[in-house]
Amino acid sequence: MSHAATHDHHDDHHGAPKNFFQRWCMSTNHKDIGTLYLVFALVMFFIGGSFAMVIRAELFKPGLQLVQPYFFNQMTTLHALVMIFGAIMPAFVGLGNWMIPLMVGAPDMALPRMNNLSFWIMPFAFVLLLSTLFLPGGGPAGGWTMYPPLSLQSSSLAYVVFAIHLMGISSIMGAINIIATILNMRAPGMDLLKMPVFVWSWLITAFLLIAVMPVLAGAVTMLLTDKYFGTNFFNPGGGGDPVLYQHIFWFFGHPEVYIMILPAFGIISEVIPTFARKPIFGYKAMVFAIASIAFLSFIVWAHHMFAVGLPMGAEIFFMYATMLIAVPTGVKVFNWVSTMWGGSMTFETPMLFAIAFVILFTIGGFSGLMLALVPADFQYHDTYFVVAHFHYVLVTGALFAIISATYYWLPKWCGHMYSEFWGKMHFWNSVVWVNVLFFPQHFLGLAGMPRRIPDYNVAFANFNMISSIGGFLFGASQLIFLGVLIHAIWFSKNKATDRVWEGAKGLEWTVPSPAPFHTFDVPPVIRDEDLAHGHVND
Amino acid sequence: MTSGSIRRSFTTAAALAAVLFGSAASADPSPYQLNMQPGGSTWSHVPYELNNWSFGVCVVIGILVFGAMFIAMFRFRKSRGAVAEKWSHNTKLEIIWTTIPVIILITLAYFATGGITSWADTTGSQMTVKVTGYQWKWRYDYVDYLGKPISKVGFMSKLDTQSDQTRQLGSGMDPYAVKSGNESTYLLDVDKPLIVPVGTKIRFVITGADVIHSWWVPALGWKLDAIPGIVNAAWTNIKEPGIYRGQCAELCGQDHGFMPIVVVAKSKPDFARWLADEQAKANPPTAAPAPASTAAAPKTAQIAPTAGKPATVKQG
Repeated sequence: MSHAATHDHHDDHHGAPKNFFQRWCMSTNHKDIGTLYLVFALVMFFIGGSFAMVIRAELFKPGLQLVQPYFFNQMTTLHALVMIFGAIMPAFVGLGNWMIPLMVGAPDMALPRMNNLSFWIMPFAFVLLLSTLFLPGGGPAGGWTMYPPLSLQSSSLAYVVFAIHLMGISSIMGAINIIATILNMRAPGMDLLKMPVFVWSWLITAFLLIAVMPVLAGAVTMLLTDKYFGTNFFNPGGGGDPVLYQHIFWFFGHPEVYIMILPAFGIISEVIPTFARKPIFGYKAMVFAIASIAFLSFIVWAHHMFAVGLPMGAEIFFMYATMLIAVPTGVKVFNWVSTMWGGSMTFETPMLFAIAFVILFTIGGFSGLMLALVPADFQYHDTYFVVAHFHYVLVTGALFAIISATYYWLPKWCGHMYSEFWGKMHFWNSVVWVNVLFFPQHFLGLAGMPRRIPDYNVAFANFNMISSIGGFLFGASQLIFLGVLIHAIWFSKNKATDRVWEGAKGLEWTVPSPAPFHTFDVPPVIRDEDLAHGHVND
Repeated sequence: MTSGSIRRSFTTAAALAAVLFGSAASADPSPYQLNMQPGGSTWSHVPYELNNWSFGVCVVIGILVFGAMFIAMFRFRKSRGAVAEKWSHNTKLEIIWTTIPVIILITLAYFATGGITSWADTTGSQMTVKVTGYQWKWRYDYVDYLGKPISKVGFMSKLDTQSDQTRQLGSGMDPYAVKSGNESTYLLDVDKPLIVPVGTKIRFVITGADVIHSWWVPALGWKLDAIPGIVNAAWTNIKEPGIYRGQCAELCGQDHGFMPIVVVAKSKPDFARWLADEQAKANPPTAAPAPASTAAAPKTAQIAPTAGKPATVKQG
């Protein structure tokens, strides 16, 4: 294509390039890149979801009916990798890309070209990862945690390691971009303690990402050299230690868990005040709670390893540190409830998902507290109780927050209202079936069913069948979501107002719907009463 | 619904009642089992009670928090004419709901700490069994009993044949048909169980030969990883004779789901007799010449080959 044509488009400073390749592949626009991230996350969500359907279909009844155990293990491994690195994290980055500049009054992200690069690495990383399914030897089957020596037996290790390197580079660049944007690009008057909680949560998350993604990269590189270059980091035969890997992995892995939940806290702290029409309760406490959870996430990693035979002192320390996290998390939950108290609530779809988040995430937190108790964890560890726990915090936690955010900001993105009826259909189906899916898994774990097994004793049959039925219907309910999105973006006639929601506050609602290609070319004037948390003096 | 499945529903309903009303304490998992089992060792009540207490605490907090939330959702809805208030903080409340959780947590931590210290104390054991995890079976070697070393008593323990045939993809065999007596033992039975005495403090030293496994019998109250190059230690003291079943609890490859653990606890005299028989088989009473012991060696090798160097002992 001619240079002149490109130049013409850029002269028109308020329009997107007309050429598809120019617009989406060469984009430096935070909104378009945010859209790319969100679409990518949605695609990965359905791919990872289809793996989950295979898992639940095989577990529908005792006996092996559909797949070989080794393929089953590939499904559990890839389900986790795709959902964590392909769906949840890119969805949050996409939301951050779209909303952070709009919320702090910046014209774009601080490093727009790096923004393009950090997105376009992702599809390559996932092609690399998912291609292993079609190669001799199959995909990774040692669990997403890739514990050696088992992971070293896999013939796809190199593919997975390089895919993780690419994802890590993407995440680090994304995080640097977000920190640079938040610290340098805020409109005059947007003091740090006037920023929306969502922006705060992303600022803290971005620091976590920069801190731990290199640790993961190091750990998987050591796997790679152990397998192919004769090192013995984790090989006891050469003086190495398999447990060393677990320490390094979980030093990444636990902050990673909070990388997937802190932006969700931010989202919920935006949605609830909007639909309660009341400022967030305890703004500073909310920010401080996020920061303290982020700090604690670095000193609790070995609670994933209570059964490896840690020294007694280590088990006690990691138990206490883990239990401590309940305090700031409790503060957040109490503050959300207090935000609702005395409000004037309406229950549009984003609010419904946010309320479901508060209840169901708290249930996941409760089982987390139970898991922190070392002697009880000797029983829970590596059972379906753990599976239930982390799906409550990740599906009804992180995913519900992402869905809530999507409904909340979708009218701002596409300029049209989604169908409230179908949104509510999506909500009620999701919230019912997700509990049918995951709640019985608590019982399975307590009764003694280990996780990551393709077949089980007949005593576990009833709850597995119930769980699978819930799984299929929860999966099907997400097709409603897809329908609602397609309808809202291309077919809805219902134009969104600029404010969209009666109680919406914050800079993103001062720009037109849909948000123009370029916003805040001139920094906005910040008035405290426009901000979500009103006058903050506490 | 076939008559078989109706019969099954009746049995499950009966089992459900048994679980709910606490009778017929069985170490096996039961259909519709809702809670952890209390277990059958002198220590296994610790995780069970912690589980129940922490669950109770969560239920109470849940009722308070979700109750407040539902009241808020009912009282403060716009459709009932609620007008939003302006306040956004309350220092006194915030101090209260930070302090109360701290007190609850300290209480739970106190009991859990006691449980850890009693679990970690493997001293004073009267018997030692070495457990080695393999892909995908277990090996048990008897090291000592009542202060006397045991030589050459050890064996592999793997999934029973009937479960193994049934679990093949497309076997067409019914998992419900795998039974041992009245128990459904599909994937929970082995060819040769670990035999131990009751009322004896047994120290397990646990290691792995290839990848990491985890040795878990729920009725004993704990699981512990079997890691190549590391020997972990834990103990149990089983109260009643019986059969206690468990499974590998750390993903160890394709047949991770198919390497169960069965512990048969016998009375002390029965166990002594069994052990004497095994020792007699392994060590013929007449002063055997060298060729005889060589012949017996592959089956009864004392030390299983582990990957690499001599293992370091870690105190659990």
